[in-house]
Amino acid sequence: MSRISQRFKQLDEQGRVALIPFVTAGDPGPQVTVPLMHAMVEAGADIIELGVPFSDPMADGPVIQRASERALEHGVSLRDVLGMVQQFRELDSTTPVVLMGYLNPVEVMGYEAFAQAAQDAGVDGLLTVDLPPEESDELLAAIKPKAIDPIFLVAPTSSDERMKRICDAASGFVYYVSVKGITGAGHLAIGEVAAKMAQIRKHTTLPVGVGFGINSAEKAQAIAQVGDAVIVGSVLVKRIEELSDSPDEIAPAIAQILSSMRQAIDLV
Amino acid sequence: MQTEKPIDFSSMPDARGHFGPYGGLFVSETLMEPLDELREAYEKYMQDETFLAELDADLANYVGRPSPVYHAERLSRENGGAQIYLKREDLNHTGAHKVNNTIGQALLAKRMGKQRIIAETGAGQHGVATATVAARLGLECVVYMGAVDIARQEANVYRMKLLGARVESVESGSKTLKDALNEAMRDWVTNVDNTFYIIGTVAGPHPYPAMVRDFQAIIGREAREQMHQQTGALPDALVACVGGGSNAIGLFYPFLNDAEVKIYGVEAAGAGLDSGQHAAPLCAGTPGVLHGNRTYLVEDNNGQIIETHSISAGLDYPGVGPEHAWLKDIGRANYVAATDDEALAAFHTLTRVEGIIPALESSHAIAYALKLAREMNTNQTVLVNLSGRGDKDMHTVAALDGLKI
Repeated sequence: MSRISQRFKQLDEQGRVALIPFVTAGDPGPQVTVPLMHAMVEAGADIIELGVPFSDPMADGPVIQRASERALEHGVSLRDVLGMVQQFRELDSTTPVVLMGYLNPVEVMGYEAFAQAAQDAGVDGLLTVDLPPEESDELLAAIKPKAIDPIFLVAPTSSDERMKRICDAASGFVYYVSVKGITGAGHLAIGEVAAKMAQIRKHTTLPVGVGFGINSAEKAQAIAQVGDAVIVGSVLVKRIEELSDSPDEIAPAIAQILSSMRQAIDLV
Repeated sequence: MQTEKPIDFSSMPDARGHFGPYGGLFVSETLMEPLDELREAYEKYMQDETFLAELDADLANYVGRPSPVYHAERLSRENGGAQIYLKREDLNHTGAHKVNNTIGQALLAKRMGKQRIIAETGAGQHGVATATVAARLGLECVVYMGAVDIARQEANVYRMKLLGARVESVESGSKTLKDALNEAMRDWVTNVDNTFYIIGTVAGPHPYPAMVRDFQAIIGREAREQMHQQTGALPDALVACVGGGSNAIGLFYPFLNDAEVKIYGVEAAGAGLDSGQHAAPLCAGTPGVLHGNRTYLVEDNNGQIIETHSISAGLDYPGVGPEHAWLKDIGRANYVAATDDEALAAFHTLTRVEGIIPALESSHAIAYALKLAREMNTNQTVLVNLSGRGDKDMHTVAALDGLKI
């Protein structure tokens, strides 16, 4: 059983919903990331999503775009990100780490080379936002034997047929994008999300996480009532940006936001 | 020995938009369903006689098609070698080939009931061509343009505004065409219910590369017939500039099955292919995935896209249409490059010798055609796609002469 499945199984036994924070690796500088990952785990993160910086983040709003730009100013590459995961694993062998980003850095490294390096580093999942299941056969053939879960997005526009195809290709968990739009977008309609979750669950027994537009403890709590995982990104990355000139304050500030979300979620 | 079956180029791409290993559909899940709807509408209306009749009438009466093929006799004589013919896309309404495609896609948008049009633009030619058809059809129009391009293409920005479009300055990344495309995609994913995204080149996710090609293929279909009428034969060689590659594929596509016709796509070598300052993914790039398709890219070893350079904003793009990537790999077309200096020299030559001021983009094609023609016989022919007129480039060329106009 993969580290991700194990984690969800434990949470299920405890009757808890997962909290999954997203931060961009190497933002605002490479030294910040590994200590920040540990601080997030301490503050209640169950799984960590680590953004791989990309020059053309088409699906991201301005907040995460700028995070990518800050990381790229330091030349942070996919190999560097894998190095950070490896360093994180020296002190934490249980918290799953999912890499989230765009296909091209993986494509250029080569699927086989990536899969091996990611397994060696201790990566548990891969979410490439611009890779739909239709184009994913080769990549899946490379990562699945290395026990890396392919995480796919389901969108508000996905038809029933597409949901089935996505759920069949995915393992670990399924990621429901709760708004039509880019990361950090506004209006989250909880009722709509609940309806979609029921629809997705017809196609899979995998846990379903919800992300995009969750920017407060209240929204996290509302989502926790319908989803198996609450995924938060832009609200954290925005705080990192505000503190980019005082990097020492980043870990405690992010931990504070996550703790309040953790508490709110655990009330469900 | 078993002979290999020749490729039928008209059968490409496959059902999921692949040209060999290139093309395809690499977008976030939110856009998969809308792209499928677009593909269905495009496949349906390209077989619909009423739609095609409306398109043909617009191309004739609004755009001014067919555009002429002109035998540049004096240029051919002074240059030496093959006879040079120009397909005059510069004479279209709005001054370039771009309008062939925006007319088609806007008619499709109308059929699909979309009230809002968005587009990306580099030099501003596609933005102007989109704003033009949006004005004519009474559709809301938003054009995304990199802040750097806005600064170097003021006249086109003003044109778009006159036409009623809103021009959104894109401040992210390199602030050029690729970033404008990212921003247009972000708009589309957010407003997908009422918005039609008119992509200006043969890149992007399926069905865009095939659809834009099909709207631009009018160039090659007319040219085939015109060359037959004027010379009694097909041209020996075709030459077109390649940024994203829409004018080039428009000319090439109807000739792909004619193995005897040699095909040359000319990329922007900028300050030189080994200077690192170029926009030539086919000549000096590597395969990767960007903007919804797999193709050749100007990228670094880590898969990050590198800023490109060309004197012509319309060629300043790190990717290229997937069909070109495939034509390169199978050897059906040759991809070469012309530097900023070579393009400028050709710009002046054509202007002085034939009284035709070409766009700096098209000047890249002229530059290579002059070189190619000199290696050929006087009874052979080279057909060049003169994809746009040079009015928009007056200030760029004048600035090199130390003038501000």
